[in-house]
Amino acid sequence: MNDKRLATSEFEAVIGLEVHVELYTKSKMFCSCSADYFGKEPNTHVCPVCLGLPGALPAPNKQAIKWCVAIGLALNCQIPTFSKFDRKNYFYPDLPKGYQISQYDQPFCVNGHVILSNGKKIRITRAHMEEDTAKLTHAKVDGKNVSLIDFNRSGVPLVEIVTEPDFESAQEVVEYLKLLQQTVRYLGVSEADMEKGDMRLEPNISLKRKGGKDLPKYKVEVKNINSFKFVERAIAFEIKRQGDLLERGQVPRQETRGWNEQKQETTSQRSKEEAHDYRYFPEPDIPPIRWSQTQIGVIKKSLPELPQVKLARFRSAYGLSFYDAKILTREKPTADYFEKAVLAGKKHGVLAKQVANLIINKKPDIITVPPVELVQNLIAQTTTRGISDETSNKIAQEIIDENPTVVKDYKEGKTNAIQVLIGKVMQKNQGKAEPRKVKEILEKLLGAR
Amino acid sequence: MTLNQLSVKEANRALKLKNTTSLELTKACLERIKKIDRQIGAFITVCAQEALHQARYADRLISQGEEKPLLGVPISIKDNFCTQKVKTTAASKVLSDFIPPYDATVITLLKEAGAVIVGKTNMDAWAHGSSTETSDFGTTKNPWDTKKLPGGSSGGSAASVASDEVIASIGSETAGSIRQPASWCGVVGLKPTYGRVSRYGVVAMASSLDSPGPITKTVEDSALLLNILAGQDKFDATTSSEKPENYLKNLEKSISGIKIGISQDYFKECDRQVTQKVQEALKVLEELGAVVKEVKLFDPKYAIAVYAIIQRAEVSSNLARYDGIRYGLSRDNFKEEAKRRIMLGTYVLSAGYYEQYYNKAQKVRTVIIDDFKEAFKKVNLVIGPTSPSTALPLGASKGSPMFGEMADVLAEPSSIAGLPGINVPCGFSKDGMPIGMQIFGPQFSESLILNVAYQFEQNTQFHKIKPKL
Repeated sequence: MNDKRLATSEFEAVIGLEVHVELYTKSKMFCSCSADYFGKEPNTHVCPVCLGLPGALPAPNKQAIKWCVAIGLALNCQIPTFSKFDRKNYFYPDLPKGYQISQYDQPFCVNGHVILSNGKKIRITRAHMEEDTAKLTHAKVDGKNVSLIDFNRSGVPLVEIVTEPDFESAQEVVEYLKLLQQTVRYLGVSEADMEKGDMRLEPNISLKRKGGKDLPKYKVEVKNINSFKFVERAIAFEIKRQGDLLERGQVPRQETRGWNEQKQETTSQRSKEEAHDYRYFPEPDIPPIRWSQTQIGVIKKSLPELPQVKLARFRSAYGLSFYDAKILTREKPTADYFEKAVLAGKKHGVLAKQVANLIINKKPDIITVPPVELVQNLIAQTTTRGISDETSNKIAQEIIDENPTVVKDYKEGKTNAIQVLIGKVMQKNQGKAEPRKVKEILEKLLGAR
Repeated sequence: MTLNQLSVKEANRALKLKNTTSLELTKACLERIKKIDRQIGAFITVCAQEALHQARYADRLISQGEEKPLLGVPISIKDNFCTQKVKTTAASKVLSDFIPPYDATVITLLKEAGAVIVGKTNMDAWAHGSSTETSDFGTTKNPWDTKKLPGGSSGGSAASVASDEVIASIGSETAGSIRQPASWCGVVGLKPTYGRVSRYGVVAMASSLDSPGPITKTVEDSALLLNILAGQDKFDATTSSEKPENYLKNLEKSISGIKIGISQDYFKECDRQVTQKVQEALKVLEELGAVVKEVKLFDPKYAIAVYAIIQRAEVSSNLARYDGIRYGLSRDNFKEEAKRRIMLGTYVLSAGYYEQYYNKAQKVRTVIIDDFKEAFKKVNLVIGPTSPSTALPLGASKGSPMFGEMADVLAEPSSIAGLPGINVPCGFSKDGMPIGMQIFGPQFSESLILNVAYQFEQNTQFHKIKPKL
């Protein structure tokens, strides 16, 4: 049952999301090891702290904490003035201390929201800070099945962003995810590169009777999905699976499932009964964090213009369509490039819309082609392609015919008079031609007389 | 007097005046260890070669006119401090082959101060206990009577100092683990304010309580060592930004007018002889001008309950890393006591019990902290016995899971409040066992505590009496 089928069914989907975003701070969350682990030789970015050696203690990364708060502020969260870290106790070989330092009941950010394009408000429950685990690889070494552990990722800062179950479709989820990805990139706090596992997605999905007020009595969590496409498919799969069960009068089990890429389906991992008791308690190695309003104010001030605000401004300030503004604001560097080019073009009467079209259609390399050069190219193109020679000739002739006195002055040797004619032609063609070319045409026509 | 009997101050002077060398001093300690440690069992590891090497290096520096507060002075370290390239076991078989790749901050500071580390001392496994009987490497014996316990968990450190195997030692206290063995062994043991000395590199027991500190022959040595150890550490987020003082500065100050509180509840369960000696000590202090007055404090029994829960909760989490995957032996090497604490700690943190136990314990802890704050509006310091009894016989802790709590009952309230305290010898029982008194005060009152302790010591001289070995 896909979303379309759902529209005709008696159930509707209730979906919430947990997203882990890996921050790209220079160092790890609790030690000074480099956090840049991707593709590095295993176990080279390690120290007593991220290996969980006896006696090692966490020293929190201030930058990571500020970035977590920045994410919260960008998602319209409140930042409580008191916050703390907690220990989440569980055993797994990729967790060297036997507990993960996370935040339990007093996270850095609470009660936020985002608005989707359909006007729907998605409530953000919380955004909190935690540390990543090591990476396990199951391999065969000398004919033996073994599990290899790479601790380079151990202790890399993660921000977990949790929503209320406010989504009703996979489309809404994907739109939110794209917005979230865009936001953390705008903030410059994460590359949010799906391929590198910078964003890990965990939707929880259940179905309720259409129009029903209460939340379903169960929920199914799908763990660690690393692409928007798979999240969409996993949700569709779950909606169908759960719908089929409900139609047969069964209630789906409350459980955690995993996304199987090969089979393109979700498979059961553990049920409610097997759920962990994480035995959270306040992390005694890190004193609680107390924020002053001034400190929060400073972080707030440092936030860049966020994607949705920029999009709205691009539409109103530059008269762009929603579609164009959306494309241009997708990535901050493109948006910045566009604005620089518009500024450069203004002097030559180049319109914002023209710059937008050029960037969208021609996709210039914004790193190698400076905005000024882009505008120059645009002007050159406009002369040859933007307005035909025929039209140029026609407009020039009209101007000559309409201004006999100026023509007379020119012919009598006042060569500067041609500037007047050029100006009038440019006015008439709305600046679409290159002045140099207009001059050539006028000279030719006047000479032919 | 032999070289190994010197205090830090005396050793410093002898080295400076070139009356001896660090090599001679270190050799004297190693000789002593060789001669008597089979009887005492204070050491898990003796690093003779490294120590001799460090001593020679120190002598070279001394000859070049270098001055450092511990330059060339042989000391021992409790075996829960990570020492680079030297085995660190926390007295557990789990870590019997663990050689740390790094130094604890305390070790770094001691090395920078020029100390010569002669070995790692025995303790209760994982610091769980007050007897050293839970050590997987044998029990340490009390130098005053080898049929008796040295106390613990820093029992090896206290015994090594009391038997003059070293000039001084470093221990750690969670609740009583420095003061109680110091009391039973008749030496000076200082537990600093929580956060005054870095915990980085100390095998964690209960993270919100652990406090490293010196065990020494004199109060002055204690101040001297605290000068080296105290201060904020970027590797330990719980260390205080409060600037350390020069703890030697106020030792000679008059204690006239200092208000000392005593609480009857601290004497309730004590041996008569212990009570008597502490009362005599209070008289000495009164003669020195101190004002002794009654102060109402919470009965220490409440602290026991709070401590038992918080400590075990933290233990259960702190020991989770010893899974045998990256280092150490497998988990079946954990013994009774550790397993018991892991189980209890896991239980009190479990869903449904957290509120009832851990959360409630934290609330009571706050009440106890506030209680002390109130008391310290009325008095400058509190004095009481360090332990309810003198050293108990070997085997006393066996089959008694709450042995530690009972032996440390008088240290637990101030420990859970994070307060500093010291044990100073204040006499002997009829059978010749040392009795200790503790002086504790508000957070960061080490300077005043050392001042009062020093004045008492200088006017009584119990510290000069040595065990016959």
